[in-house]
Amino acid sequence: MRASLFITCYNDTLFPQTGRAVVRLLERLGVGLDFLPAQTCCGQMHANTGFRGEAYSQAKRFVQLYRDTECVVIPSTSCVAMIRDQYPGLFEELGNEDLRRQLLALLPRVFELSEFLIDKLGVEDVGAYFPHRVAYHASCHGLRGLHIGERPFRLLNKVRGLELVPIANLDRCCGFGGTFSVKNAEVSTAMLDAKLTDLLATEAEYCTALDNSCLMHVGGGLHRRNLNMKPIHLAEILADADDRESAR
Amino acid sequence: MSGPVMDPRIAPPFPQAALPILQNTQLRKNVAHATDVIQAKRNRLVAEKQDWQELRTSAAATRAHVLANLATYLEQFEKNCTAAGGVVHWARDAAEARQIILDILLEEKAGEVIKIKTMTSAEIQLNPALEAAGIAAIETDLAELILQLGNDEPSHIVVPALHVNRQQVREIFARRMGLPELPDDPQALTAAARTYLRKKFLSVPTAISGANFLIAEDGSVVIVESEGNGRMCLTLPRTLITLAGIEKVLPRFSDLEVLLQVLARSATGERLNPYNSLWSGVTPGDGPQKFHIVLLDNGRSEILGRKVERQTLQCIRCAACLNTCPVYRQTGGHAYGSPYAGPIGAILTPQLEHMRHAQSLPYASSLCAACYEVCPVKINIPEVLIDLRAQVVDQERNEGTRWTDPMYLGMKAANFAFGSAARFRMAQWFGRLGLKFFTDRDGWIRKLPNLGSRWTLSRDLPGLPDQTFRQWWSEREPVRGKESK
Repeated sequence: MRASLFITCYNDTLFPQTGRAVVRLLERLGVGLDFLPAQTCCGQMHANTGFRGEAYSQAKRFVQLYRDTECVVIPSTSCVAMIRDQYPGLFEELGNEDLRRQLLALLPRVFELSEFLIDKLGVEDVGAYFPHRVAYHASCHGLRGLHIGERPFRLLNKVRGLELVPIANLDRCCGFGGTFSVKNAEVSTAMLDAKLTDLLATEAEYCTALDNSCLMHVGGGLHRRNLNMKPIHLAEILADADDRESAR
Repeated sequence: MSGPVMDPRIAPPFPQAALPILQNTQLRKNVAHATDVIQAKRNRLVAEKQDWQELRTSAAATRAHVLANLATYLEQFEKNCTAAGGVVHWARDAAEARQIILDILLEEKAGEVIKIKTMTSAEIQLNPALEAAGIAAIETDLAELILQLGNDEPSHIVVPALHVNRQQVREIFARRMGLPELPDDPQALTAAARTYLRKKFLSVPTAISGANFLIAEDGSVVIVESEGNGRMCLTLPRTLITLAGIEKVLPRFSDLEVLLQVLARSATGERLNPYNSLWSGVTPGDGPQKFHIVLLDNGRSEILGRKVERQTLQCIRCAACLNTCPVYRQTGGHAYGSPYAGPIGAILTPQLEHMRHAQSLPYASSLCAACYEVCPVKINIPEVLIDLRAQVVDQERNEGTRWTDPMYLGMKAANFAFGSAARFRMAQWFGRLGLKFFTDRDGWIRKLPNLGSRWTLSRDLPGLPDQTFRQWWSEREPVRGKESK
């Protein structure tokens, strides 16, 4: 099987280790990966801040770039939610009929990483080993946007050595919300503090998620407060552990 | 102490209004506790309905159908309400509605008026207008009474005094009712309120109410409540004035079957509200002998005309979105600077203000979509929030101030960078170079200037790694297909 990796702008720039882990993981599972170097951003930040025209120019770019690919894998729930939930409206308002048809044909071939593993490849046990205590943070876009459901738990439960600990108020937002964290920094901080309280109660070593944007928020909060828990993208747990040590 | 500002035209922007509340530990504790209690009840009662999703679908369909045929149903309501002896008034905006109500009260020679269940009267700033005309407005909903006596403002759509706890209620009653010995148990407090209000119910001949629903087919009005104080207001006075937004209409009496179910379960976590009052016009010898209803537009027609925003008017004011909102949980209602707080307030208020005020409200959300999930009439609040943000930005595109707004400039710059891979690579390179200056030896950024300082207010940022993913990929590409590192 071939898949094209859309790494997303912020993973590319800030969290390349997640991208490397996705490559290791998927190649180990026999997927032939492509990476189109012309890719940049899905347009989520612009759309969610109200810059609709700008978001559309990036959405158009995405569709033109990926319309002929077999399938697209994206290690970010919020970027997939942007593409799935917001692109149709944007194209309806700003696009032409041709582009809209191309988008609708492409959408069923766009997968978030855990969707790709479970729905497309049909694997739960990816042969991972991660002997640590881990709490899973459900990103809002994964939970309520993609209805990602049990997928991450099914993957985590098959990781050898991993102890998965439940977190209270799993469905409550960490307070990131993209530019919300800057525009409403104080409220965002209060929400983060509530999330950190719930996270710390788990006594986990790692907090994992399907979205590095939540993890950047949670991780930045943990680091500022000198707390020991470390953020880690699910892809990095599912890739193999020895590799991870040297890669980080 | 001056109370919170609840007029969106003069209220400070949300981030600023939230600041003093974030410092108010007691208020935040009260809000978190109360919303937890209501949510637990709501979740239990929703879980017991096997067909909850079907009920939501049905309720949403009814409300959407009404909005698609609003003129028809309003005219039906007017005809049938008039036939039943009611007097129907149409108010284009807040000023017209205030004037209509004032004229009726002057004709009645009213010096006092009792009020129940009317958030819409706060929307049109009715109480200050009554006061200016020398008419004393007495709130009779227990929570509203607490707030009125405490010079406070509502912070929740269903439980207006949710931010006040029992000890605080005792203090307000003791001071304002002259009862220094009043204990703080619920029985004593409600008994004090009953004694206080009963005198008003028996002596004031004029009342103002809101409405939960208007029924087109028979011209009747519906109010649901928990205390029975509403029932008193609706039955004892000689003259009753009801103020209702034009979106409140339902086609048939039988539509209440679904809507009263989803409303009670979503709002208070009850199978049915304790008091469901319905009346049609006037009945000789029974209840108010004069009934006026003021149908308020105040921006609603404009909302109705917008494809995405129209769903805002489906709202039945259950406040489930407030109770589940992680932002509301931290700030309570006063930060929204409007009678309508929480996620629904964040979309409704700026639209009622024709997008000329309250422009910070569409941004008062992390777009977590918890509100959409619980909404009994399926209002896609995040979708509307995003659409309103686009309206705010489109306004800014024509303003000179955009060239000094770091958010605007940043967004335009980012858009330019995302326009081609070469430009994006260059932006990554410059970004890394620029951030190096702020990166500590351990690879973390603790302090950033300008907008970045809003992030580093409470969060560190990992410094940019030396190699982007795309650099790593282009270097490994020649060995692709083999086991690689």
